[in-house]
Formats: sequence, C-alpha cells, structure tokens
Amino acid sequence: MRPPIRDIAVVAFGQTDHTRTSDEQSEVEMLMPVLHQVLDATGLKTSDIGFTCSGSSDYLAGRAFSFTMALDGVGAWPPISESHVEMDGAWALYEAWTKLLTGEADTALVYAYGKSSPGSVRDVLTRQLDPYYVAPLWPDSVALAALQAQALIDGGHTDEPALAGVAARSRESATGNPHAQLRGSVPHGDYVVNPLRTGDCPPIGDGAAAVILAAGDRARELCERPAWIRGIDHRIEAHSLGVRDLTDSPSTRLAAENAGAFERPVDTAELHAPFTSQEVVLRRALSLGDDVDINPSGGPLAANPVMAAGLIRIGEAAARIHGGNSRRALAHATSGPCLQQNLVAVLEGEDQR
Amino acid sequence: MTSTAQPEVLRAPLVVEFPFTRSLGPVQSAFLSGLRDRTVLGVRTGDGKVLVPPVEYDPVTAEEIRDLVEVGATGTVTTWAWNPEPRRGQPLDTPFAWVLVTLDGADTALLHALDAPGPDAVHSGMRVRVRWAEEREGAITDIACFEPYEGDDAPSQPVPHSGEFEDAVTGIVAPARLDYTYSPGGAQTRYINALAERRTVGERCPSCRKVYIPPRGACPTCGVATEEAVEVGPAGTVTTYCIVNIKAKNLDIEVPYVYAHIALDGADLALHGRIGGIPYDQVRMGLRVEPVWTEGGRYPDHYRPTGEPDADYETYKEMI
Repeated sequence: MRPPIRDIAVVAFGQTDHTRTSDEQSEVEMLMPVLHQVLDATGLKTSDIGFTCSGSSDYLAGRAFSFTMALDGVGAWPPISESHVEMDGAWALYEAWTKLLTGEADTALVYAYGKSSPGSVRDVLTRQLDPYYVAPLWPDSVALAALQAQALIDGGHTDEPALAGVAARSRESATGNPHAQLRGSVPHGDYVVNPLRTGDCPPIGDGAAAVILAAGDRARELCERPAWIRGIDHRIEAHSLGVRDLTDSPSTRLAAENAGAFERPVDTAELHAPFTSQEVVLRRALSLGDDVDINPSGGPLAANPVMAAGLIRIGEAAARIHGGNSRRALAHATSGPCLQQNLVAVLEGEDQR
Repeated sequence: MTSTAQPEVLRAPLVVEFPFTRSLGPVQSAFLSGLRDRTVLGVRTGDGKVLVPPVEYDPVTAEEIRDLVEVGATGTVTTWAWNPEPRRGQPLDTPFAWVLVTLDGADTALLHALDAPGPDAVHSGMRVRVRWAEEREGAITDIACFEPYEGDDAPSQPVPHSGEFEDAVTGIVAPARLDYTYSPGGAQTRYINALAERRTVGERCPSCRKVYIPPRGACPTCGVATEEAVEVGPAGTVTTYCIVNIKAKNLDIEVPYVYAHIALDGADLALHGRIGGIPYDQVRMGLRVEPVWTEGGRYPDHYRPTGEPDADYETYKEMI
C-alpha cells in the first residue's frame, strides 16, 4: 500500500460496560459518558473537534433517523462538521480517517452505539438481506452463521470441540476486560441452530464506544504513545450467500493486503468474529499463526454491541499500543451475513517505523 | 427546582410494520414468474457459470447478464444448519434444516428450508427436490421448501429459456414486521411521568444554564448531561406557528387547525403543540397560551389562550 499522505493515529478510546439491557438510559444517555471519557483523555473540548462521524442503525432502535438524537451528546450547536454511517462505527472511523487525510481536519471524534435489547436482533438483522430472494424467508443471523460453520466442518477446517475452544479462550481472555458482558467460564450450552451452540454465539447486548483520531504532531500532543494507523481498507463480497465460498474470506484477505498487514508480522489481532466459526475463517484469511494474540479483550464473543463491536476492535487494538502491550496490531471489523463486508486496519506504535 | 430521582423505567410495545413493495428487473421477474409456473430459471454469466437464483449483474465482472436457462427442480445440499426452533416468518413452523442447494444445472446455491425429520437425516451432498407451494404468486416462497429426494436420475443440464411468461409478475410485496419494547430512557421517562401529573419539567444544562424541554438528557449545545430538573410553564408564548389544512389519517381533529411552537415560561427551547379555543386565523406570534389536559390524559391535548396581553417580541425572539 502507498503510505498515507498524513500520519493519523488513534489517540483515545473509550467504551461502556456492555450489558444485556440498558433500558434505563436512552442512546444519548448511554453514549455521553463515553464521549466525555475520550475528550477528557485528550483534554479536547467538543468545540475543538474538527470532524465527527458516527455509526448506528435505525433498525436496532426501530425508529427513523435515530442517530440525530445522539447528536445532542456531541454539542452539535453551533453547527459542526458531522457525518453518519448506517453501519458499524469502524466504517465511521474509515470516513473520519479519509477526512483527516484531506487535511480538512486535524482531529476527529468517532462514536458508535447499539441497543439490541429493545428488539430481537436475530430478526432485525434479516432486514439487511437480499429483499427479493432471501429476506422473505427470515433466515436469522445465527442460522446463516450456522450454515457457514457447517461448511467449515464439512471442509475439515474445524470441528465442534475446536469451536468450543475458541469460545472458552475468548471468555477467559475477557476476565481481564471490565467492560465485557460474558466473562470466564461460560457453559457451551445447547444448540441454537446446529452446529452452533449458545457458547458459539455472541451475547446480545447494548453498548457504545468512542475513539478520537488525530493527525501528525497533533496526535503526539494528545497522546503519549499514539496508535498510528499504518493502513486501512475495506472490501465487500457478493451479496448472494450461494455465490460465495463460505469457508474463505477473500475480502478480508484483500483488505488486509491493501492495509499492509502482510508486510510485517503483527503481535495482536482484534477480530470482529461474532461467531466462533468466523474466527476460523478470519485466521485462515489473515494467515494468523498461534504466536499472534487473538482478541485479548475477549472479542465479540464476550461483548457484541451491534454497530459498535467493530469500532471496539480498532479501539482495543489501539489501547494495546497506547499501553505498550503491542507494537503492531491488526484490527478487523465486519458487517453483513457470514462476514460479507470486512475492514482491516493496521496500527503501530511510533517506534515501529 | 428539585433534584432528579431515579424513575421507574417506562416501557411500551412498539411494532414497526411495513409492506415493502418492490419492482422487479427483467431477470428477477422471469425467475419469480417461473417459480409461480413451477419452473426454476438461472442466468448464465460471461464465463459460462449458471447462477441460481439469478441476478442481473455478474457478481465478478459487474456486466449486465440476461442469458436465462432452465435448471432442475432437484439438487444437492452444499451446506446446512438444523433449526430446532423456527421463528416467525420462516418457511416451516416445525423444526427444519436451513440449506444451501445447488440445483441440477446450476453452479451456485439457493438458500431455503429443507423439511426433514431431524438433523441426523440431513447431510451435505444429500439429494433434495423442490416442494412447490400449493398457491403460488411469484415469490421465493412459491418454493414451500425442499424435501429429501431418493430418485437416481442423472442431474439435468441447463436448457435455454426465453424468460417469457404469460402475466409475468413485475413486483413483490414483502411484509416486514419487527417487534420492539421501547424505553425512552431516564430524561424522557422523568418528563413523561411529570406530564401525567400535569407538570411540565425540563432539565437545565450545568454549563450554559439553559432549560431544555422536552429534556433528552443532554445539552445539544454543550454536549454535557442535563440533570437538574426545572418545572416550567404552565403558560407560555406562541413563537411561531403554521395552519394545517390536510386531515391526517386516524386523526380526530377538524381542519384547519394551528400547530405552534410554544415557549413555556422558564424554558429556553420551544416545544410543539396544537392551539385550540381560538379561531385558527386569530392565532399570532406572541399569543399567550396554557395547556389543556383532557380527562385521564397523560399529556396536554392542546393549548388555549390565557387571555393575557400578547408577549413582547423581545421576550421570545431567541426561541424562534
């Protein structure tokens, strides 16, 4: 990948505790403490932010233009430079990154939130499927992931005990994550849709996250050890599941290649694999060996606030660099059924160039 | 001024329901018309692959494709997942397998349901055939499901098809319904609860000191939490208004009527309300109004003139 024309870093990351329900708080009430967490960490005020971008979904809220309500939390008056993606916040971060690349802004606030608790997220997610041939059948998100899992098992890439191992490792790692929803030993449970059991599925919950990006010396002023975004790219595959090889993720591999992930090894990978079987796909697509620390946060199997979980992967990877626990980390975010869309970012500490 | 107590969280069912009406392109029209007539069509790509279900653009090259072929109603399961608890809207209401099926003559797989007695009766590679719905209308649900197929006839080859059908379907209506339990959160719960007691309570921003009504828990100017409850009104001033001449469906209000922005006394943001008790053409900026609650109402039905002299423009110009 051609080096970016400006160095841009994640300089702050914050997230809520992720919980099964949060009905005592509106979206903006849930989000605001997180916004202040990242602002306080950098000493920035809302009026200092050059660009603001968010990711969320009206279908989770069941209300049109629900994101406009959340804008109350960022001090949108007097008018700010703002945008929104109806996707995971990782894609909002991508938009903010391009905005900073143009030189139009030096800092950006990126946030994402999702409350799955008011509705039935398995059914809600069917509304992103092909409306002609697929959505009228209402195949829920677990069913589609289970088709992918069976394809992996048939292909000899994994088996049910190995999937249980992914679940156990993730939730064990999450014991070190005070924000996680599922931590420690969690029963692998009954089949939800065979071959996936409850333990193979992410918890359903609510949460929010925020990140601040800054360019060049501004980043160095705001953060002791900025997490420099060395590359970031996102790719999509055919919408129709029957066209794709569900055991592979060429879009992840291509995004990683374009982000420069294969130029040098990474020590940490935060993968947005809501289902255990999807970690198998991503490990293969990214050629991640056993020496890479996968999802030290516990990953989406420990907390999966829809629309924020991908941004949290970038934030967790950045936080590892901020804290000196990683030198070069990969962050991945996904959207759509069976890893349809994939974003990969490569983050490094200053000393790595 | 009172401090804010933690409210009992309000909850209410919220149903979002919509009959999504979609027009079909030529290939989709042919495919769904075909299903209605028990014929499965695919489309051939530039490199000779047959896609079922068919699409109008090649997923690899993005070239427009129209070369329709008929494929078999029998096929092979490429992957499956056993669904022990069918959900609303799914093809079968008894436990079934989700399957991707490559129909004979096709190179890609179609997602649907397989009616089978249990997971032990399903495996990748098994042969299945279409079970047609008794009543078909030109939709993917014209395939009721797949069923195991024991026949040993050789898989058929795709044969060219004109894609022309009598009374071709040109659109689908796909009903969608999602059920939610809506909860308005802390600030709006406090607001709604106070309204039920015929009090109007806003929240003050600790930074700019403005009182927001209805409160949403955040100051949109400062981006900080608003927590200090402030009772405002009951009277207020019309800051601006419009005359509504179109009667909304299911609305029991005679037109024309006036819908206004009303700055309640003590509030720094105007809220919306209907003005009653005065002819529509006599409503004006500056008119002083007060809320009218109906028997058992949880919120003001409308606002009516108080009879006070009009407010001076200078007192409300910031809130227009």
